Amino acid sequence: MSSHYEAPIREPLVLGEKSYHDISVDVGAPILGKANKSWWIVFTIALVAFLWGLGCIIYTVSTGIGVWGLNKTIGWAWDITNFVWWVGIGHAGTLISAVLLLFRQKWRMAVNRSAEAMTIFAVVQAGLFPIIHMGRPWLAYWVLPIPNQFGSLWVNFNSPLLWDVFAISTYLSISLVFWWTGLLPDFAMIRDRTNSPFQKKIYGILSFGWSGRVKDWQRFEEVSLVLAGLATPLVLSVHTIVSFDFATSVVPGWHSTIYPPYFVAGAIFSGFAMVQTLLIIMRKVSHLESYITVLHIEYMNKVILLTGGIVTVAYAIEFFIGWYSGVPYENYTYLSFGAATGPYWWAFWALIICNFVVPLTLWVKKLRRNIVYTFFVALIINIGMWFERFDIIVVNVSKDRLTSSWAMFQPTFVDIGTFIGTIGFFFVLFLLYARTFPVIAQAEVKTILKSSGESFKRLRAEHGDDSSHIQKVEEYPADAGPAANVEGKHFDTVFDDSDEEDLENNSVDLELHKGKIDTLLSGVGTFNPEVQKQDDLKKINGIGPVMEQKLHQIGIFTFDQVSRMTDREYDLLDEIISEFPGRAKRDDWAGQALMLKNKN
Amino acid sequence: MASRKIHAIYTDDDLLMQAVKQTRAANYHISEVFTPFPVHGLDHAVGIAPTRIAITSFLYGLLGLSVAVLMMNYIMIQDWPQNIGGKPSFTFYQNMPAFIPIMFELTVFFAGHLMVITFYMRSKLWPFKKAENPDLRTTDDHFLMEVDADNHDVEKLTKFLYDTGASEISLIENEQDH
Repeated sequence: MSSHYEAPIREPLVLGEKSYHDISVDVGAPILGKANKSWWIVFTIALVAFLWGLGCIIYTVSTGIGVWGLNKTIGWAWDITNFVWWVGIGHAGTLISAVLLLFRQKWRMAVNRSAEAMTIFAVVQAGLFPIIHMGRPWLAYWVLPIPNQFGSLWVNFNSPLLWDVFAISTYLSISLVFWWTGLLPDFAMIRDRTNSPFQKKIYGILSFGWSGRVKDWQRFEEVSLVLAGLATPLVLSVHTIVSFDFATSVVPGWHSTIYPPYFVAGAIFSGFAMVQTLLIIMRKVSHLESYITVLHIEYMNKVILLTGGIVTVAYAIEFFIGWYSGVPYENYTYLSFGAATGPYWWAFWALIICNFVVPLTLWVKKLRRNIVYTFFVALIINIGMWFERFDIIVVNVSKDRLTSSWAMFQPTFVDIGTFIGTIGFFFVLFLLYARTFPVIAQAEVKTILKSSGESFKRLRAEHGDDSSHIQKVEEYPADAGPAANVEGKHFDTVFDDSDEEDLENNSVDLELHKGKIDTLLSGVGTFNPEVQKQDDLKKINGIGPVMEQKLHQIGIFTFDQVSRMTDREYDLLDEIISEFPGRAKRDDWAGQALMLKNKN
Repeated sequence: MASRKIHAIYTDDDLLMQAVKQTRAANYHISEVFTPFPVHGLDHAVGIAPTRIAITSFLYGLLGLSVAVLMMNYIMIQDWPQNIGGKPSFTFYQNMPAFIPIMFELTVFFAGHLMVITFYMRSKLWPFKKAENPDLRTTDDHFLMEVDADNHDVEKLTKFLYDTGASEISLIENEQDH
């Protein structure tokens, strides 16, 4: 039988006492429950920003690109800056889902879904800019090599801008099918767990009728592997081609052979920063701290450190070669003494501080594992990587070979509004995603639960690596009856506690524990049957009919009461009901009750 | 033809693996297994052939590469050769370095999309397709093994499956085989 062994030195990737069912419950909770107030507030802000940006786009298209702050010298500014910035952000998702899959990194399971979603939404934003920049976006199909009415007027396959068309659309569509294929089993889980007929219908359509046959899974795994193998060079090619937009030109500062690897590293750098920004918020809002742990955040910080290091080395090389070439024009490029002291000094130093100095602090383990600090650093890197693209584009072209045409760039409200609009659009999409999609690849997390789950790791530590709960099944011949490999776990089976316990003879000695019960109720609040309705406490994992009966006798009837339990109340409860010491705490009844309460 | 199946439900992947092996060793025929997640090595244990979908992907990739070469050769060399930035356009061979990015992209495009479409067709997955997992819990945390009961003593088979650790066993009678 397959071994679930994993070196004990590796920290668990799934915290708490989780069973397969718990994973389904936790991942399904944001979809099956209702949105809270903070979701609506953030969604409204994002929607307003999006509508504002939409207005700016309509204004641009109806009036002309003259509404942007471009001038004769700087004919490319925020539009292409934002394009490259968004494409760069869109690199982390496929890196996590493809490259880390090839390297068999288990920690990718908890973050790949959201990272891929982020990729797709970011590439959508990126794609908007070239289309707006066309001026007449309804003619966007002219970039495709289709026979047309102008004789044989074909697109130019020698141009990196056309390579971009092919690279970005391949990247977007491949990422989309990769993402969707991975989503099928998770949509199926929601489809089979929801009680609402509407959700059942919608998720039935979205899941493409996924049934989970062994042959389907076999193909599913092969398809994922092959797609990962295809997407890995693809993700490298996309930003390489984006860098060709600049590198194949003769503008000083753009004409640079290290652009492809440098751009790819920068893209992954910024993409991971955005993943951190989103996931640190999402794990909190959607209660996914058990799956997206501080270890995941540390791993991503290590990737940021590595790619940030590559980017820094590239900066140093650019700076050195600019100086070493002895070409006077090179002293005005974005990484040069001239840039550091020139009119764009602030943009130069923003780049150095945000992308080089601040990420260096992540070498300190304490800071790398500090969630608030990581969030702060990720935001700074997002800003810094925007400045990197701004510097490459605006600073490089602001000082032309002709001194007479030197100019500065002044963005108009339309430039700014369009950019803010894409941020709004991105968050609108991501927030809708977070409410309607399974945000963690639960089927994949289930495959690593036994090797990397905290409770299973502890079982191995207690019973030795070779005699885990699984071995129990193997030791006893199958004819020993239904194999009870549920030791230490509590799957919902027909053999659950309820069958074995005596429902009749089941009462709490109220007189004996009177004092304790009073203290307990003063902690969690009392139940008033006239104004309150009692909840089905059995919904809490770990509470069976017997336990519910006992809780009722004590006077606990609602999720609200259970959710207020702390360690003190758990201890009291254990003293009153002595059969299951520690169980309430282990199952985190309060946490579960809180979720159930919010759902109602 | 009426066919009878027995559905045995397990609550653990390792238990299922053991049951699959025991069932196969006892010469019963497992017609299907439904699991909530990919159980490593289960396809081998059930005895289904390895999938050939990776091979199709390779062939689709070759197709994409050919499409890219033929398209760019026709457009840039045959139909309307132009001098763009001094890049030689007399033969495909000379102009090819500029074509490599799109040759690569189209290879990936064809290999990826056609493989996924093949996967969806072969596994019968598309919008509005009805799910066929017999028990809703098999997408959550239960594992269902379907065993052919034709030509077998159902009592004995049930007892056997019970002993392999099945938590629920049900007999399914189908009117027609498909």
